[in-house]
Parts: sequence; C-alpha cells; structure tokens
Amino acid sequence: MSLSFLLQQPDEVQRVVDTVTTGEAVAFWVLGPLALAGALGMLFARNAVHSALWLVLTMLSLGVLYMVQQAPFLGFVQIIVYTGAIMMLFLFVLMLVGRDSSDSVVEVLRGQRLAAAVIGVGFAGIVVASVARALTDVEPVGLAAQNTQNGGNVVNIGEALFTDYLFPFELTSALLITAAVGAMVLAFTSRTGKDAKKTQRQLVEERFRGDRPGSLPGPGVFATANSVATPALLPDGSVAAESLSELIETTAKETLEDDVAEVSGSGHEPDAHALKGESS
Amino acid sequence: MSTAELLADDPLWLIIVKVVGIFAFLVVMTLFMINWERKVVARMQQRPGPNRVGPNGWLQSLADGLKLAFKEDIRPVLADKWVFFLAPVISCIPAFVAFSVIPIGGEVSIFGERTALQLVDLPVGVLVVLACSSLGVYGIVLSGWASGSPYPLLGALRSAAQVISYEIAMGLSIVAVVMHSHSLSTSDIVDAQSSGWYFYLLPVSFLIYVCSMVGETNRAPFDLPEAESELVGGFHTEYSSLKFALFFLAEYVNMVTVSALATTLFLGGWRFPFVGDDHLLNSGWFGLLWFVVKTLGFLFLFIWLRGTLPRLRYDQFMRLGWKFLVPIALVWFVAVAFARYLRQEWESSSGLDTSTALIVIGAFLAVVLLIAFLLPDKREPHDPDAVPVTGGGYPVPPLDLKVPKAPPRRQVRVAELPGAENQTQEPAAVPAASHKEASDGRV
Repeated sequence: MSLSFLLQQPDEVQRVVDTVTTGEAVAFWVLGPLALAGALGMLFARNAVHSALWLVLTMLSLGVLYMVQQAPFLGFVQIIVYTGAIMMLFLFVLMLVGRDSSDSVVEVLRGQRLAAAVIGVGFAGIVVASVARALTDVEPVGLAAQNTQNGGNVVNIGEALFTDYLFPFELTSALLITAAVGAMVLAFTSRTGKDAKKTQRQLVEERFRGDRPGSLPGPGVFATANSVATPALLPDGSVAAESLSELIETTAKETLEDDVAEVSGSGHEPDAHALKGESS
Repeated sequence: MSTAELLADDPLWLIIVKVVGIFAFLVVMTLFMINWERKVVARMQQRPGPNRVGPNGWLQSLADGLKLAFKEDIRPVLADKWVFFLAPVISCIPAFVAFSVIPIGGEVSIFGERTALQLVDLPVGVLVVLACSSLGVYGIVLSGWASGSPYPLLGALRSAAQVISYEIAMGLSIVAVVMHSHSLSTSDIVDAQSSGWYFYLLPVSFLIYVCSMVGETNRAPFDLPEAESELVGGFHTEYSSLKFALFFLAEYVNMVTVSALATTLFLGGWRFPFVGDDHLLNSGWFGLLWFVVKTLGFLFLFIWLRGTLPRLRYDQFMRLGWKFLVPIALVWFVAVAFARYLRQEWESSSGLDTSTALIVIGAFLAVVLLIAFLLPDKREPHDPDAVPVTGGGYPVPPLDLKVPKAPPRRQVRVAELPGAENQTQEPAAVPAASHKEASDGRV
C-alpha cells in the first residue's frame, strides 16, 4: 500500500486528539505487537546478532508508528539514525567479536539479577505512571497546528531545534564529540606513545644503523635434524651463535624433559583409557 | 495544484497500477542494464560482448536470470539458517521502496484520472531514499555474517564501513540542495529547478553526490566489498540460485535509484531544459522520456567508470571519503548558507549588490593567496647521521661499506670422509634430542 495516509491533513485545525482514525488504529494494532515482539525477542534471543535484529524490528515499528502519528520527519530520522547508523555500529562490533559469542548465563556480580529486577520494575512503574498521567490528565493543545501552520512538520521541527532547544542541542553534540575524541585518544595512544609499534621504515633504518644489515642465519633444521633447536654451523664447523633460538636457549632443561623423552621414545605411550579421566 | 494534492485523491486501482509499473520498470531496467553494461564494457575492450541470445544478444540477461532460478540452492553447514535466508530479502526490499518517492513525470491523465507520475510525495521524500539505503546495508552485512565463512564476513565489514562513511558525504551534499529548494520533498525540488538546474548552481554538491553514489552502491572503482581478487565474491560468496539473483537485482535497482535521485536533485528531474514549463515538451508523458534519458546518462557513467578505473585500495578509499569528501561538503554547505544569508540581508537593506560583493570576496581571496605565496616554505630538518636513501625511499648500505672476506674453505679430501658410524655424529653443541630426531624414523 502507499504511504499516502501521511499526507492526509487533519480535517479541522483544532482536531481533538482522542479521535483515532481507522487506519491509525489498524496500524497501531499491527505495529504495537510487532514492537513488543521485537523487544521480547531481543531479551530472550541467545545469539547476540539475533538480539540486535530483534531490536531493529522494534525500532522500525516505532519509526512507522511516528509516521502514522503524522511525524514523518521523526519517523524517517529514527530509521536513518537508529537503525541505519547506531544499530549498524552495534552489528559491526558483534561481527568482529565473532559469530558464536552467545550470552553467558553465569552471574558474575553477586546479587546483580536481584538488583536489576528491582530497579527495572521500579523504572517500568515510573514510566507507566508518567505516561498514563500524560495520556489522561494532560490536555494536548495545538498538535495539529504543527503540521499545518508555518510551513509544516519539518520546518517547525527545525525552528524549534534552532531557537528554543538550541542550547540542549549543542550540549548533546558537544557530549557526543567528547565521547568520540575520548575513544580516539584511548585507541591511538598505543600507536603514538612510548611503546609505539615501529614502522617498517624505522625498523629498516635501525637495522642499517646496527652491525648486521642482513638477516640472522636460520637454524640448521634441514641439515641434520628437523628440530628448530638445531644450531646452524659456520663453514669451519663451529656453531653460529646467532642461529640459536633465544627462547629455547633460555628455557630450563627440566621443562623440556618431557618433550625430550617423548622424542626419544622413552616417555609414556599414548593411552586410550586416559580419555576416561582415570589416572593410570 | 501541487503534486501532493494531485496524488492525495488517487483511487486504489491507480496506486496499484503505479506500484506494478514501478516494479516492472526497475526489473526491466535491471535486465537492460546488465546487458548494456556487458556490451559497453566489451566495446571499450574491443570485443563483441554477448551476441547469442535474442536479437543482437539483448535477451542474454533474461536467459541468465531464468537459468539462475533453476540452479541448486546451497546453504553452507555453518550458515545461520534464518538470517541467511533473510539477508537477500532485506537487501532487495528497500531498493524497490526507495524508488516510490522519485517523481518520474509531471501531471498526466491515466484512464481519465488526473495524477502525477509518482507513487507518493512525502514532505520528507529525500530522507526516504537515505533511510532505504541505510536499511539496504543490513542485507549485505547480515549476508556476510550469516554465511559463516571468513571472506563474506570481511566483505560485509568493508561494506558496512563504506556505506556508512559515504552516506555522510551524500547526506551533506544533499543539504545544500535542500537549502536552495526550501523543501525535502522530491517533487518540490524538481519544481524549484524550473529556473535553473542545481548541477551548475551547486557544482560541488553535485560532484560529491556523484562520488558518494558510486561508493554507496558498491560499484567499481569502489567495489571493495566484492573485490574478486581479494575476497572471492565478497559478501555473496556463499550464495547461489535465487538468493544470489536477489543480490544481483538489489545492486542494479540501487544503481537505478541513486541515478534517479541524482537526476531529481541535480538535473531538473523530468523537465526538458531551455523551454518553459508550459511548453509542449514539458507536458504529459514527455517528462517520463526526459527522466529516463537523464537516468540512463548516469547509468552510463557507472559503466564508464567500471570500464576505466582500477579498484581503489581500502585505505585510499576511506581517506577519500573522510578526509576529502566530508570536509569539502561541510565547508561547501556552510559557504552556501553564508552566501544565502548575505544575499537575504542585502536584498532587504539594498545597500550592496551582488557584483560589489563578488569583487570584495575576490579581493579578499587574492590577498589570502598572496600571503600564502609569500610565506617561506618550511625547511626540511637535516639529520647528520641519517641513513642514505635512494630513489626507492628505502635506506641502502653506505658506499664505503667493508665487505668481510669470505673465510677460507676447508678442503675435505675423499679419503678423509667420515665413515658410516661417524656420519651421524652430531656436530658440537647439538643436543641429544636432535640426534635422536635425525635418526629415529618415528618422528
């Protein structure tokens, strides 16, 4: 179907708010359950990406609800900003974390669930109470005028943003920029600080300034043995000290005993019963 | 009578006719575009291109599409079942929806009903296209994730970063258009261009939009999400059959949509240039013709770019977006806003006229340029013990490097060769383990 219901201007300027058109009611009863299902799905989905997708469903339903309520600008901005940018960044991070990262059901902080339940119920109570009060006691005035006078919806929103709400608007953007700069500082100090990773060029220059421009000799793996611990030999038969692996040379002999025994064949044989967990 | 009022009293059957018409238009354009692209690129490379199926090969894409539908539909074992199925659908639907706000013609009469050739005219029409393109990314990202293999995931990550960055540049380039036309509605923007098209009134916006529309649709030279030489097929590596066809369709429909939006925003939409609004060429169904011709021009640009330019490297591409297009777009729209404000002020006070203003601005720029030329260049810091560098940019050994003499070779005579038991005698300092390794066949 078309979106032409968005264009229908209210009949009288002083439209009473509690008259709900049929189309509006149908849209609400379709989108409301969808939004609720999305929220529940987000909570109960095991997979993090599935959770994100359920949340996208909720956001889209809310966006369409705004459009039905004659706030097309808000509706589309909701879709562009929340589903298009913010949820996309969430997905981006989730995909980097890995596709099999499911929820952990282990409670890390003690009493966290109880506290969360109490605070959650309290918050829900406050929200429901305030919304109920707004819907029953408060008499809305001039809602229709926003869409009909002074150039319509978009113009009125723009005017409100840049006159009455200029300071909160700028404050929010300052907050966001601070957050972005903070994230960049955190991410970039490791690259520019003291323990910065050297660039390829710096490494090359360092090598040429040092006493050995070429590469170190490799171990004598293929000469007589297939162990990386075998040193390379110089033409006169002596050991090339640079070819010794620093890691292996500094390892205490005792820690390698098992490996030596295994290689020499004097260690224990593989035992299928070991898988049963009984120590033999 | 405005377009919105014309469209408001459309009966249901007319809306259905328009929906079907737009759908058919986009599908036919896709089939045509695939063939056209292959033929044009072939001509650029001096080969015939498809010429077997149908008259002169023009039915090749139809045949390919039919064949694709009958191929086996494969789902990888590691794939996420539902998301894998959902992803091509998600990428396809917004591509079609975005076209609903494009005005493809002026006021016409369909079976006696006066209407405009546009499905719906919203007060926020341009935002619909942006919203649809931001939803279309979900298809690509989810397909990459749900395939459960590394190449699609890499392609999807690239695509997400790419489309988000280029959407910012695109949105900023549209801002200047909206400021000039005082409306976000697409039909109002077309009407505002009856006095002059925006591609020469707002040239910087136009160029930025054209660059970012290529980046937004993942087309060459910005086709990094499906770079064949790096990522096999990118996000659709694991897809086959109809699901792959849906991705294909979405890509081409997106191309048509961004081209149509470029026509609407910068090339005067369905209007014919040089003649007034009341001229015959601007009446009725002629608008559709001009619109299609202009859109095809942009589509040809896509093909031309693909046949000409090599693919950018990923960091070059990101640098172009963030360090070049976005700052220029920001400066440009501030400049446009400033110019509009000054003009408004002068018109009300009538103290200054445009030529005086231009002279003042020109003189100011000349002074700035002069100062910039007079400033001395920054000296390169000279490091006395720097390593000499050749033309390649990398250090080379100094010219007076002393090459050490080769040690004298020990002559080994055949008679002195070690015997069989001595052959495995280990050299000095070789641990016993390696001797064992060398002789033990088990290892």
